[in-house]
Amino acid sequence: MIKKLTSVIEWSTLLFSTGIVCLFLIIILWDLISKGAPSLSWEFVSTLPREGMTKGGILPAIIGTVLLTMITALVAVPFGISCAIYLNEYASDNWLTRLIRACIRNLAGVPSIIYGLFGLALFVQGLQMGTSLMSAGFTLGLLSLPYIIITTEEALRRIPASTREAALAVGATQFESIIDVVLPSALPGILTGVVLTLSRAAGETAPILFTGVAFYINNPSGFLNQEFMSLPYHLYMLSTQHQAIEEVRPLAYGTALVLIIVVFLLNLTAFYIRYKHSKNE
Amino acid sequence: MKLRARERIDNSVKLLVKTTGFLVIAILGGIFFMLLWNTAAFFLKIKPMDFMTGTQWNPSGDPATYGILPLLVSTCLVTLGAMVIAIPLGIGTASFLSEYAGKRLKNILKPIIEMLAAVPSVAIGFLGIVILGPGIAQITGQPNGLNALNGAILLAVMALPTIITVAEDALHGVPHMYKEASYAVGASKWKTLIYVTIPAAAPGILAAVMLGVGRAIGETMTVLMATGNASAFPKGFFHSVRTITATIAIEMGEVPYQTTHYYSLFAIAAVLFLITLAVNLLGEHYVNKFRKFHSA
Repeated sequence: MIKKLTSVIEWSTLLFSTGIVCLFLIIILWDLISKGAPSLSWEFVSTLPREGMTKGGILPAIIGTVLLTMITALVAVPFGISCAIYLNEYASDNWLTRLIRACIRNLAGVPSIIYGLFGLALFVQGLQMGTSLMSAGFTLGLLSLPYIIITTEEALRRIPASTREAALAVGATQFESIIDVVLPSALPGILTGVVLTLSRAAGETAPILFTGVAFYINNPSGFLNQEFMSLPYHLYMLSTQHQAIEEVRPLAYGTALVLIIVVFLLNLTAFYIRYKHSKNE
Repeated sequence: MKLRARERIDNSVKLLVKTTGFLVIAILGGIFFMLLWNTAAFFLKIKPMDFMTGTQWNPSGDPATYGILPLLVSTCLVTLGAMVIAIPLGIGTASFLSEYAGKRLKNILKPIIEMLAAVPSVAIGFLGIVILGPGIAQITGQPNGLNALNGAILLAVMALPTIITVAEDALHGVPHMYKEASYAVGASKWKTLIYVTIPAAAPGILAAVMLGVGRAIGETMTVLMATGNASAFPKGFFHSVRTITATIAIEMGEVPYQTTHYYSLFAIAAVLFLITLAVNLLGEHYVNKFRKFHSA
């Protein structure tokens, strides 16, 4: 009897900690949805901010975030996949390969604010690109690069060697075997990694602080060499820097909800790709 | 296409992808060089000893003081608080997932943890202002709850998914033989977990903790929004603190280019870089140890 009771107590401590972790997510979602939903409307996502951000929508911030994420993808995806192909398909296990891998792991651990400083020093000042959408996109691209390399390499590693050997045996060059056989079969895994990485990049704020984001731009078209608005930065400004913080709280909640919807939609896409792929296998 | 042309393509592609491999080295080297260069420029003006031992950070004062200690202590305080919360919760949840939860429950819990990891840091910081802050203020009777405790709780939430995922992998990797041997001599499931599985997975769990610490130390937006950013020397969990990351975020936007103040922000970034590098290398060391141990 006592034995059974202690085992229940032991079991429930673990269940309790798991419960708290789940509770964190529930609180986050419940608060954002219950208080953010009233501010959501078609007008909110499709119009410009008005009257010093106290009214109107967040369209420029949405466009800015979408454009920024696209530039990030354009920078990080080709370089990331190419580097992963080199590491998994071509490189032999020597000191150079180990150095590259060590660099990738360390890059993944570098704090995002340091990427911001690097972007400021390299793109904004060094390459004279100024504080612009392009500088910020390149900075986020560098930040995303190690994650894309790591996930792509994992996807490539899952393709059995026999698949490559079959292609080589019928006369394909190594490049042809990679393009026509290996990459197509690794595509779902690569896509999952890319989408997850981009969802992370879309929510990042610290790297774009000094590289191009602005509180208010009234021209939402967002050219590459101009400053831009973005959802996470908009939320930061509305919740900490605005003169009438209490008055814009509903707008801040609405922005937070839109941001989290964007990020979760990207995540769900990734889960869906992974789920579908695992069913096909 | 002729074989020679195809082989030529093959070779040039090989060269091309190899270049991108070097690009990665160049980026890390570039970050390192940028920090080193600007820190050197800073140390030409301010003595390294004053920087490392100064207890006041006041670059706009007269005379300007650049002591990193208050920022460093703030960063450590918030990270320590986050780990006190996140380590037991993380190991508990990882144990539950790996040892107790059935397959179905796991399929529900894992996406929950992944979703928690996906919440942007700025959204977590926002909730620190609107939920946690007023809550802490009510309990402690302070005007607002923006202090080290607030930041620590939020950072714990952010570090938890990393800790849980890596620790669960480690626990899962412990060979069944170990547990079966323990059951065979009559140990309960709990005793086996505490005395056999967790010790056997210890290096992997340490790696999880290190990755969590790395994540917490480098986090910017959450602490920037939730800790109040008072630049005085930190007094404790119920006082406002200002971390290294928050200082960079606040001051970099305002300083003129190539002033001592500008360089000083790179100097504190270099300290942050070295700390996260050390933490990550330590984590990697434990991961390798764990792997070696179990492949033997």
